[in-house]
Amino acid sequence: MSEVPVTENAGGAAPAGDPLVVLDKVNKHFGALHVLQDINLTIRRGEVVVVIGPSGSGKSTLCRTINRLETIDTGTIAIDGKPLPQEGRELARLRADVGMVFQSFNLFAHKTVLENVMLGQTKVRRTEKAAAEKKARTLLDRVGVGAQAEKYPAQLSGGQQQRVAIARALAMDPKVMLFDEPTSALDPEMINEVLEVMQQLAREGMTMVVVTHEMGFARSAANRVVFMADGKIIEEAEPTQFFDNPRSDRAKDFLSKILHH
Amino acid sequence: MNVLLDYLPEFRDGFLGTLAITVSSALLALVLGVLIAGFRVSPVPPLRAFGTAWVTVLRNTPLTLLFLVAFFVVPQILFQGASPYVLGTLALGFYTSSFVCEAVRAGITTVPLGQAEAARSLGMTFAQTLRMVVLPQATRTVIPPLSSIIIALTKNSAIAGAFGYGELFNVSKLLNDKGYAIAWIFLWTALAYLVITFSISGLFRLVERRLGVAR
Ligand SMILES: Nc1ncnc2c1ncn2[C@@H]1O[C@H](COP(=O)(O)OP(=O)(O)OP(=O)(O)O)[C@@H](O)[C@H]1O
Ligand SMILES: [Mg+2]
Repeated sequence: MSEVPVTENAGGAAPAGDPLVVLDKVNKHFGALHVLQDINLTIRRGEVVVVIGPSGSGKSTLCRTINRLETIDTGTIAIDGKPLPQEGRELARLRADVGMVFQSFNLFAHKTVLENVMLGQTKVRRTEKAAAEKKARTLLDRVGVGAQAEKYPAQLSGGQQQRVAIARALAMDPKVMLFDEPTSALDPEMINEVLEVMQQLAREGMTMVVVTHEMGFARSAANRVVFMADGKIIEEAEPTQFFDNPRSDRAKDFLSKILHH
Repeated sequence: MNVLLDYLPEFRDGFLGTLAITVSSALLALVLGVLIAGFRVSPVPPLRAFGTAWVTVLRNTPLTLLFLVAFFVVPQILFQGASPYVLGTLALGFYTSSFVCEAVRAGITTVPLGQAEAARSLGMTFAQTLRMVVLPQATRTVIPPLSSIIIALTKNSAIAGAFGYGELFNVSKLLNDKGYAIAWIFLWTALAYLVITFSISGLFRLVERRLGVAR
């Protein structure tokens, strides 16, 4: 197995924004399992980074450490120049700037779609109710579920729920959006409606970290693909280069497996 | 000769006494129980330890012993000259809060973890997450055990009677000492308790149904 030295911002496709999310020598263990091993990763403003890799390689954990849903053992993570603070009010404030979209949507089951998109605005950002509702409705229209505003999440299809979840995160005006396999719990016919919303976000210049195996999305929207295996970043490259010409054996092996399915 | 009619004012006072101490200690137990449940799931280790200690001590101490402490130790230190009503409420409320806490905590664990994670990732604090996202969704599973706990509390309030607080059990003892037929006294006392406990379960069923409709 050959490991290729990781080059930052391989190629030239990445926008030349300033560093927004910086992970420096991040290590994390789950008991004896070393899930993140010396992770160095810089995500620039406006950049779309797709994280790909075999199951159990630590992609979700990486994503979750960025808004500190998981703590790290050593190393530092800084967002917009500020290192992640300890649990508390300040961390809560920082989390509000980092949008997160989960595989299982996690919409608040006891609240309507509209209330889901308003809650963070009114309780965290302290936005006026009327203004929050107006913004929520605009966002819901933008992701194409404006007509479902008064329904409860359970009354929506998976694709609709995930689009509401994206609107809920966007309502906080995040600096960066994290997506952890946003389409892998969806029926095939609903995957595209979610990917289209994400494509549009990417075009509008949102900084995004996306864990996904959707290669179409990676090719068309990503500036960079980060390939992880066994808790390490094995390879970073532009999408076309990574998919057509992977350098490491691990990546070749992985791609041959997912392409044959 | 009918005991109930002859001693209607005593029975009425006893009934109201039981009702009053049940309501006040139930409120105390609910407030404390939810608060301590919050402690037990909080990310702050000292709070968690305090919650665990609270439940362990209060749930495993015989209620009579707590009454002894409330009536003979507490007034020496804190509430000098507090009425039996206040002291009884403290003993019953604290004792029952440990059971409420555990019921609430069990309810919290039925709410998927993703709900709290989504709330935290929006920037909500721990307290906001608990109050606005987790507890509302736990309520429906907590209502049935809570109903049993409050009914048990009603019956436990009889111990306050033994400590000189005027309530149903206290009245029945009084009349028994006067030599009335014990069967009749017990019948009327039991019926009075039934009125209260039936109202409690009815009330909880109502709440449960309302929550069911409002999902
Ligand atoms: N809370 C946890 N406690 C213990 N081990 C965990 C925990 N979460 C994840 N792990 C382990 O850490 C490793 C990395 O998990 P992670 O979820 O980050 O992988 P992943 O790359 O996202 O995989 P997948 O593609 O299956 O989602 C796995 O071996 C997993 O079993
Ligand atoms: Mg994962």
